[in-house]
Amino acid sequence: MSTALAQNRGLGAMIWDYLTTVDHKKIAHLYLVAGGFFFLIGGLEAMLIRIQLMKPDNDFISAGLYNEMITMHGTTMIFLAAMPLIFALMNAVVPLQIGARDVAFPFLNSLGFWLFLFGGVILNVSWFTGGAPDAGWTNYAPLSTVSPGHGVDYYVMGLQISGAGTLIGGINFLVTIVNMRAPGMTYMRMPLFTWAVFVTSALILFAFPALTVGLFLMMFDRMFGSVFFDTAAGGNAIIWEHLFWIFGHPEVYILILPLFGAFSDIFSTFSKKRLFGYSAMVFATVLIGFLGFMVWAHHMFTVGMGPIANSIFAVATMAIAVPTGIKIFNWMFTMWGGNIKMTAAMLWSVAFIPSFTIGGMTGVMLAAAAADYQYHDTYFVVGHFHYVIVGGVVFGLFAALHYWWPKMFGKVLNEKLGKLAFWPFFIGFHLTFFIQHFLGLMGMPRRYWVFLEGQGLEAGNLISTIGAFLMAIGTVIFLVNVVYTSVKAKKVSGDPWDGRTLEWSIPSPPPHYNFTQTPLVRGLDPLWVEKSEGKKGMTPAEPLGDIHMPNASILPFLISLGLFIAGFGFIYQVDNKAWLILVFLGMGLTLGSMLTRSLKDDLGHHIHKEELEKDLEKGAGE
Amino acid sequence: MNNQSQTPQQKAEFERKQHKEEMKQQVISFALMILFTFIAFGMVLLDIGSVFLVPTLLLLAVVQVLFQLYYFMHMKNKGHDMVAVMMYGGLAVAILTIITFTTIIWW
Repeated sequence: MSTALAQNRGLGAMIWDYLTTVDHKKIAHLYLVAGGFFFLIGGLEAMLIRIQLMKPDNDFISAGLYNEMITMHGTTMIFLAAMPLIFALMNAVVPLQIGARDVAFPFLNSLGFWLFLFGGVILNVSWFTGGAPDAGWTNYAPLSTVSPGHGVDYYVMGLQISGAGTLIGGINFLVTIVNMRAPGMTYMRMPLFTWAVFVTSALILFAFPALTVGLFLMMFDRMFGSVFFDTAAGGNAIIWEHLFWIFGHPEVYILILPLFGAFSDIFSTFSKKRLFGYSAMVFATVLIGFLGFMVWAHHMFTVGMGPIANSIFAVATMAIAVPTGIKIFNWMFTMWGGNIKMTAAMLWSVAFIPSFTIGGMTGVMLAAAAADYQYHDTYFVVGHFHYVIVGGVVFGLFAALHYWWPKMFGKVLNEKLGKLAFWPFFIGFHLTFFIQHFLGLMGMPRRYWVFLEGQGLEAGNLISTIGAFLMAIGTVIFLVNVVYTSVKAKKVSGDPWDGRTLEWSIPSPPPHYNFTQTPLVRGLDPLWVEKSEGKKGMTPAEPLGDIHMPNASILPFLISLGLFIAGFGFIYQVDNKAWLILVFLGMGLTLGSMLTRSLKDDLGHHIHKEELEKDLEKGAGE
Repeated sequence: MNNQSQTPQQKAEFERKQHKEEMKQQVISFALMILFTFIAFGMVLLDIGSVFLVPTLLLLAVVQVLFQLYYFMHMKNKGHDMVAVMMYGGLAVAILTIITFTTIIWW
């Protein structure tokens, strides 16, 4: 097996293995490490923001640097931390849950990762080359079109490249789920995580093009002298806002839906019950995805769209509370009367319910257009979206990582340390963000780098900062847990949680062809169906035979590297046309690699029956 | 079609019939599409007022796209549900965007 070979040949071979891998499980590792790294950077930026706001009139960081901090905190957390961590889970779990040996397009899977990584690196290089983007993560025109320096150019190029990677990933998972389900796995037998990933991928497919278009317009305005957003020359700055939010609102559902799916699997596994209201949950997931496209303008109530448009979008927004409510109740009914085991994964999941519900409640408050005129651009909004994103997405990521860690790495994260990380993070989270609702109602605006003395904002901000430190402590304990587990913990079996879905029917970590024989799915929670009939594993749907697998390739890395180089050329050709050389070099590398890919047949390789039998003797695929 | 009681001859017969039917539909839709194209060009050549012309052209275009998708790209056949869902989903999002831009921004 390639992993074992790589370990024998040392570090260089392992790095080469990861640079060229098209194995979804290794790509999941790459996404996890890169996303985790950016999560820490985004967290560091958050800490600096909170230290600046610790006391009135603080001068810890300058106003300009503060603008860069808030911009990069938001951009990093959404695009470079949450998205890749979700993709890590999708890659690690979805092919296993549907009984597939890899995703539909393994080459594109790798390309998607490297595009995301190089886009993220471009964005963060800006710190060292004279200033990061500073127009907010929403990058509204005309603030962004007139922002001096190259910060916003980095934003445009970085997001364009990483956005292409995300779009590729989304299409890949759509095709995978439509085409590669094991025999017997109908749509209504798919685990809820897979369902959520399916809907999420559709949202990615439809939402990201709006961002791509917006970013291209922005790129031409800033780098090539067009005036799409320049009102004085007949353009319209509002177009950016619409394009950004046509993408941006589905984006928040792209973030939360996969974790809704993960919570569903976790609740059902640790309550030892099948998910309550499975079909209602599927329906609610699809409905949220559908409605998610009709509500974007609720971010723009104060733009002046007029009362009719505001009312339509207000009503549509409130409607989303209905499917979300269905989900919340179904999770509670899943636990009701179940044989509940309070593992760390379950702890994060249970804590998610009230936290997210508070965020949903303030969401309905914000959806009331008339009231929104009061809340708009205050800390009330900051409190709201951190309740849904941290209370939903981050809690979900921690829960899902605890749950699927043994499947990814073969070891269970230490439960004691897991719970020890939970409490400071949970308490810190509520300390940080609950008080921010009240700061907002008292009139504290978003994005200001200082607040004044004697306006009653001191205590609230200090509490908020203390909470942020507690969250940092929780995160550090989680990292300690990761290291401790990888050093100290023992390997576990393929099914440490007494799981219900297909991924738990194979060893941990799975062999790189996942399933020695494709399993036959006979119902919802397929492994549980077999277990309840006294069988140990899945019934195979095919005889033991040769397995066809794709070959590793360095081309995705080179394609992305080319775009990375060309990105710098685009950014700096404004100053000096000599920089266009980088564009030609980079695009040459990208297009050359694509040409190589097109002309050179790469038919993959076979794993022969004899090798599989040898693996089986060693205990794989029981 | 996988009926076990069918003999190979019966099956071949059935498939031949099926193909003939398919061919007929394709020829009809192809002829109609050419006719529509002539009508479209003819209307422009005859200088018909744009109030009538533009909606009619759009209607003919939509019908041609549907012919293309359903008859030539086989969306009328079984197993194309997911394709239809995805296409109409994307179409809904795109149309919503266009409606918003025309009514809210540019009106």
